[in-house]
Amino acid sequence: MPTRALVRRSFYQDSMVLMQAAAELRALPGVREAAALMGTPANHEVLAAAGLATPETKTATASDLLLAVDADTEAAAEAALAAGARRLDERTQAREATGRVLPRTLDGALRQIPDANLALISVPGAYAKLEAMSALRRGLHVFLFSDNVPIADEVELKRFAARQRLLCMGPDCGTAYVGGVGLGFANVVPRGRVGCVAASGTGLQAVASRLAALGEGISHGIGVGGRDLSAEVGGAMTTLALEALGADAATEAVVVVSKPPAPGVLAALEAAIAAVRKPVVVCCLGATPRAGAPGTWVTTLDDAAGAAAAAVRGESWAPRLFGDPAAVRARLAGLQARGSVLGLYTGGTLAHEAHLVLAPLLGAIPHRIVDLGDDEYTRGRLHPMIDPSLRESMVREAGDARDVGVLLLDLVLGRAAHTDPAPSLAAAIRAARARATKAGRALLVVASVVGTAQDPQPLAAQVAALEGAGTVVLPSNAEAARFAALALVPDLAARLLGGAR
Amino acid sequence: MSVETLLARPLRMINLGLEVFAREMEAAGAEVVHVDWRPPAGSPDMAALLARLEDE
Amino acid sequence: MAVSVAAANREALDRLCRARPAWTAMRSAREALGLTGQSLLHAGPPIAWERMCGPMRGAVKAAAQFEGWARTAEDAERLAAAGEIAFAPCHSRGAVGPMAGVISPGTPLLVVEDAVNKTAAFTFMADGPWGHQLRFGAHGPETLQGLAWVRDVAAPAFQAVLEREGPIDLASLMAQALAMGDEMHMRNAAATGLLARRLAAPLAGVVSPREDLEAILRFVTRDNDQFFLAWSMAAAKAAARSIDGLEGSTIVATMARNGVEFGIRVAGLGDRWFTGPASVVEGLYFPGSGPADANLDTGDSAIMETWGLGGMAMAASPAVQKIVGAKSFADAVATTRDMAEICAGANPLFPIAPLNGAGTPTGIDVRKVVRTGIVPKINTAIAHARAPRMIGAGIATPPVEPFVAALTAFGEAYPG
Repeated sequence: MPTRALVRRSFYQDSMVLMQAAAELRALPGVREAAALMGTPANHEVLAAAGLATPETKTATASDLLLAVDADTEAAAEAALAAGARRLDERTQAREATGRVLPRTLDGALRQIPDANLALISVPGAYAKLEAMSALRRGLHVFLFSDNVPIADEVELKRFAARQRLLCMGPDCGTAYVGGVGLGFANVVPRGRVGCVAASGTGLQAVASRLAALGEGISHGIGVGGRDLSAEVGGAMTTLALEALGADAATEAVVVVSKPPAPGVLAALEAAIAAVRKPVVVCCLGATPRAGAPGTWVTTLDDAAGAAAAAVRGESWAPRLFGDPAAVRARLAGLQARGSVLGLYTGGTLAHEAHLVLAPLLGAIPHRIVDLGDDEYTRGRLHPMIDPSLRESMVREAGDARDVGVLLLDLVLGRAAHTDPAPSLAAAIRAARARATKAGRALLVVASVVGTAQDPQPLAAQVAALEGAGTVVLPSNAEAARFAALALVPDLAARLLGGAR
Repeated sequence: MSVETLLARPLRMINLGLEVFAREMEAAGAEVVHVDWRPPAGSPDMAALLARLEDE
Repeated sequence: MAVSVAAANREALDRLCRARPAWTAMRSAREALGLTGQSLLHAGPPIAWERMCGPMRGAVKAAAQFEGWARTAEDAERLAAAGEIAFAPCHSRGAVGPMAGVISPGTPLLVVEDAVNKTAAFTFMADGPWGHQLRFGAHGPETLQGLAWVRDVAAPAFQAVLEREGPIDLASLMAQALAMGDEMHMRNAAATGLLARRLAAPLAGVVSPREDLEAILRFVTRDNDQFFLAWSMAAAKAAARSIDGLEGSTIVATMARNGVEFGIRVAGLGDRWFTGPASVVEGLYFPGSGPADANLDTGDSAIMETWGLGGMAMAASPAVQKIVGAKSFADAVATTRDMAEICAGANPLFPIAPLNGAGTPTGIDVRKVVRTGIVPKINTAIAHARAPRMIGAGIATPPVEPFVAALTAFGEAYPG
């Protein structure tokens, strides 16, 4: 099992570039395993555990880049390494060819763009506070995508930011919209009159996309990161964002998307909501609002969008379980699924929402919702919204699982996500269903797609590709979960469809 | 500038970290300068010291 | 912490930028530095005889004979090995020495003074003929003759010129030279020409007999474009001394190499040295020489980069790019931009014409070196490891570890 490696001194590449490089190496002929890493102590351990450490790799320091390949033959390993090195050179040449001198620091960048007003920060978590604090000190707002940031750092950053009335969006903030510009993983949605405050990236994506489908748009979508409503952070950015949207002329209604706040923070949140003199829709997934709480509390992301759209139009609104019950009835005709529900999700909030919808409906029927964006699945791998390969192999394996009757999926489109995910996901679905059929079982695949017509991956074509593989595609994640329940428990029809199926 | 001002102005951004975000911003027609960021020398402990010594 | 690093660094940058060094006198090391007994100064951080590189040992042998402590090179070596010579860095006495940089009590030194910051610095001039220079480790009869001639003929002549003319302004001469394409470390050709122009008539006025005048003029103008380096170095040292011991400042006050180790001292950390291995110099070799012959990075001339010149000012000098083997002008500009990322500011005394007159990046901040991983690039000569001559020129990239160690020490010395 020949292993070959090379070290590029003082050659830094960001984690996404490195993981793409490793994925490219793995795809080369004869390659069994490959790594592209910076030579940090932690990475040396990863390398050793993967059986890829060599005498050369041991010389690499934290600022040196390592490529290591394990292949069937020496020739294959050498060829792969040479191809990897060529790609690195191409990247460098491409950048040098632009003739632009990239600054190396925030201050260097400020010399080029002295009136900058926002820093987008996605450095490794250990350095997030250092860079974010520098930016805040210089009067910049911050979009902080980095995760693995200690909570104490988050508290210090947000305390400082709040005092200066600066936004610190994150840590662990995947999506935001400021003045019509989508930051991070964002769908292309029209500018409009609904403002959002979101503790979840995919939650914001789902609400924004749904608003676009309803003919509305986003004024601003302020991400606050998943821990803002924790006891330690106390909702610092949520309150600042609510004040700002309350005062923003372009915003006519506000949507809050989050998990339930820590008990000590609920009061502050309610006070902030009450102070907004505009309709506020609150979607705290998993929370039960107390009677008399300010704002309109909803239980699903699509309800949040629906309620907000109605609010800006001055229409009345009530939650609907299905937008088109007749179509659902037609689709359910003749369907009887048997077994458990397996959810394979790329968006954590969507996974959580699916669980909240399914649990009370399924009774004794088991369900297992997997969030593939969780740390456990993303160590050394790109996020499943960018690299779908792990999920696709799990989809195929679901076809062999004797107990799985319904496979429930999300598909999240938008900027920075995979450029055309539906075709290969559809192929995996086809394969899974074929395997199940061969074993004498039926596998029902149900999905929803978070996306818009203007996204780089146009929505209609993605939906069509999935439907072509026999997937039942519903307009929202909540509807998809309800459909899965109905397929397994026909008696639910009275409750969910207002009558028999 | 305060958050109220930010929401009313066009974004002029500086990107530190993943290059993909700068490219997406450019593709969307927004103003962004990408920083060729690399981790500080020494161990990650240096981050705390650098933060402390960076005066206002 | 009680002292603001930002305020201390602003003061440091101010002092570096307002320094106006001038050449005021010639003095022996005994007189100027109080160097007495069997003591020698050397380039770079402290080092014991046992670890000294070839060129430095050769220079020690030359100096010991020059002082009359030993009659032969072998005697000199025995003396040193027996611990009978006291060694200390030139920097420990406010002096700087190029390459091996060995100074003995009788060495005639340039005295450079900065009236603005009230500092002084000292160094020695080129000595023997090519191939016989103490700085590269030569220690034969030609070297000793050259040393004696400088002490007895050239130095007194320069002293006489200074007494007649008054101090010679080095700051404006160097600014002029920068505008003429020098970077003041590996390219001093314009400055050497300007100095020769300044000295020619006065020398004719004070030196006789005619043979001496001719020999001195030849000394100043012969095929040695680097003649002015001594003045560059003393001027930079005088400027840098203004920040030695400046409380709370993270600006580098000294960068120096002894051929075995590279070392720095930081303004707010006084006399403490932080060292790492001296680097291999990457560059161009004269015909017949190659990397296998090369000594590691050596000399106190990194004082140039400490004052924002040399490698920091590469964009000002297309000529130096050929000398040190830089890939292209674009590369030199990129290096200067990188240097700006690690410096406190720019020195308006030295505008870089190709960069729209931006001042040279000045005041290396250890915080920024650690933050970015960018280390100062040093333009430098390459010495032969085993023979007393220069074999090329190039760019040395020092290790980053001394900067990390210095910053850690600073954090301990100035707790929050």
